[in-house]
Amino acid sequence: MSTSNAVEAHDLVKDFGDTRAVDGVSLAVPTGSIYGILGPNGAGKTTTIRMLLGIIDPSSGTRSLLGHDRPLEAAEQVGYLPEERGLYPAMTAMDGIAFMGALRGLPLREGRRRAVELLDGHGLGDWAKKPIRTLSKGMAQTVQLLGTIVHKPRLIVLDEPFSGLDAINQGKLEELIRREAANGATVIFSTHVIAHAERLCERVAIIAGSKVAFEGAVDEARGTLRPIVRLRTRSADGPWRAALPATARLDNGDWTFELPPSGPEPLLKALIDGGAGIETLSIERPGLHDAFVAIAGEAAAREMATEVGEAA
Amino acid sequence: MKAPKMIRSAFVIARRDFTATVMSKTFLLFLLGPLFPLAVGIGFGGLGDTIRNSDQQPVVAVVASSADYRAIEAARQVMEPLLIEDRGIMLSQVAPSGDLAAQRKALLAQEKPPVLGVLDGGLDAPHFTGAVNADGRTVRQLSFLIDQARRARAAPTPPSGAPLAVELTQSSSGSLMSARSVTARLGQALLFVLTILLAGMLLSQLIEEKSNKAIEVIAAAIPIESIFIGKLFAMLGMAWVGIIVWTAGGAAAIAFYLPGGLSALPAPAVGWPIFIALGVIYFSMSYLLIGSLFLGIGSQASTVREVQTLSMPVTMAQMMIFALATVGVGHPDSASAIAGAVFPLSSPFAMFGRAAELPVLLPHVAALAWQILWVIIILRLSARLFRRSVLKSGPAFRWPWQKKAAV
Repeated sequence: MSTSNAVEAHDLVKDFGDTRAVDGVSLAVPTGSIYGILGPNGAGKTTTIRMLLGIIDPSSGTRSLLGHDRPLEAAEQVGYLPEERGLYPAMTAMDGIAFMGALRGLPLREGRRRAVELLDGHGLGDWAKKPIRTLSKGMAQTVQLLGTIVHKPRLIVLDEPFSGLDAINQGKLEELIRREAANGATVIFSTHVIAHAERLCERVAIIAGSKVAFEGAVDEARGTLRPIVRLRTRSADGPWRAALPATARLDNGDWTFELPPSGPEPLLKALIDGGAGIETLSIERPGLHDAFVAIAGEAAAREMATEVGEAA
Repeated sequence: MKAPKMIRSAFVIARRDFTATVMSKTFLLFLLGPLFPLAVGIGFGGLGDTIRNSDQQPVVAVVASSADYRAIEAARQVMEPLLIEDRGIMLSQVAPSGDLAAQRKALLAQEKPPVLGVLDGGLDAPHFTGAVNADGRTVRQLSFLIDQARRARAAPTPPSGAPLAVELTQSSSGSLMSARSVTARLGQALLFVLTILLAGMLLSQLIEEKSNKAIEVIAAAIPIESIFIGKLFAMLGMAWVGIIVWTAGGAAAIAFYLPGGLSALPAPAVGWPIFIALGVIYFSMSYLLIGSLFLGIGSQASTVREVQTLSMPVTMAQMMIFALATVGVGHPDSASAIAGAVFPLSSPFAMFGRAAELPVLLPHVAALAWQILWVIIILRLSARLFRRSVLKSGPAFRWPWQKKAAV
């Protein structure tokens, strides 16, 4: 494994009976980066994460976590928030966090001290000694998240961390992820909300149909698409029309088309020389969502949008 | 993962489970639970004695002349001391009336004292009427009494000669063997009852983590083996807390049932201090062995209902294990005793029984090493099975012929 990568996976395959849940996933997560795993539900995100963390072994393929081929050997340097949150309801918030730290090698006393600090820092100081069953769902989720980072891990893995959180708490979580990354931690999170990945991630893996459809920098994903040109002209027709690509669409007087490979200058010149009479012209960089549609397909994007709608 | 790390992880689980169990309100009920039957037992024990000593025991009504009745009663008094744990049938004399059939009918319907049957016809033509087994205890005892009474009537003076001279020694090989087998059986029974009471709880130990989803957090942090070891030792610790509390209650019961305490029991071959120490060790081993198996079986269940369904076959299996351990009592070097000691799950019971009967200690060291080895094997297999079938980890299982086809 490259030392510059916190996590690497090569050709991971996972079969559950006759069903192939993950089909040849390969990825590399640079140390200190924020890395997103995107894909609709059932794409294989959680199974991939579980294999990376060593909760389950792959049917075939290899993985490496912080330089360890056996992921559990790196467990003390890893924090993990599973998709299905799991806490002991009878434990106090403080003990719940300290217990999660103790699982990762943090002495219980130190864990309790840090738990109180973290709870105070997140406005839950008054709840430190209350049983988790008395907390609201959002509070319990925060407690589990704090338990994930209480031992100051080098690698933080969050499976669908934004699901179930309201907009304010989603914002707080984004802040927390940025802060942990700024402190040197590598953060991997899975999501089916592209906006979070677009705001936070440097690199993403797009998983669709159990396979990695794209793995690389977010800019690289966007770069798979040509910039979009939106044009409104005073002249309805003329020689300038020859400058537009054949795929250009006219909608309510606006032309929309991909920027030709020759770039904006030849296009502008052709429009001006052809007497188009440019009223408005914009060249937009495609977003991650556009890239996702292009890479994973319209169906996967629709599925993601449905899930976001359901979650909201 | 290295052993110290694994043990430290197991300790985290053990501490959590032990605290969660012992600090819960229901644990108080758990502690008090077994004391109720003890108290009830002591109460009913006293009541039983009262009933035994009362006149409400069924009798055989003897419709006979005074001479015949005295002869039969005298024979009964000869017989009674020869019976073990049985006072023998009780007799009640009834003077003959004119209508024997009506008298029989009336006596059979009598309630105070209840009548088991009616013996009439005297010693010359004895006839018994009653609702008993034709070959059973009552008929056999009555036949003996009549024979004895007839012999006494034929030869009223006993043959001359010196009576049996008795000289008592403190022990003999025969008396020690049978006495120690009593200690062995009692020791095994105690060990078994404690194990059956306490180890069954391990069946449901992973249900909590599965239902509150904490298993995912834990399995990502520590090996499954650590989870199993931690849970096993947490429950063993809890069991010991219970046993310490119950011992106090048990002391009262022993004082009640066994005046003179343990000294009333025949001393085990290894002596009381070592026997008690071995009891502590073998209880722990039987708990760890059976508990690790239960933990493994229970970890496959995903609901409380499934655990409840598993409880009955598991209890039956425990009974069979106990039966295997007890067959060797009384002949500790027999093949069946050695089989009981070698089969891992019955080994602690069998070896504890052996400690009561034979003074040699070296086999206990070997047995403990053997039992520890099996605890490790069962835990590893249980953890592997959990990973494979519950977490669905690793390559899909294939039979050898399927592997061939896949190639």
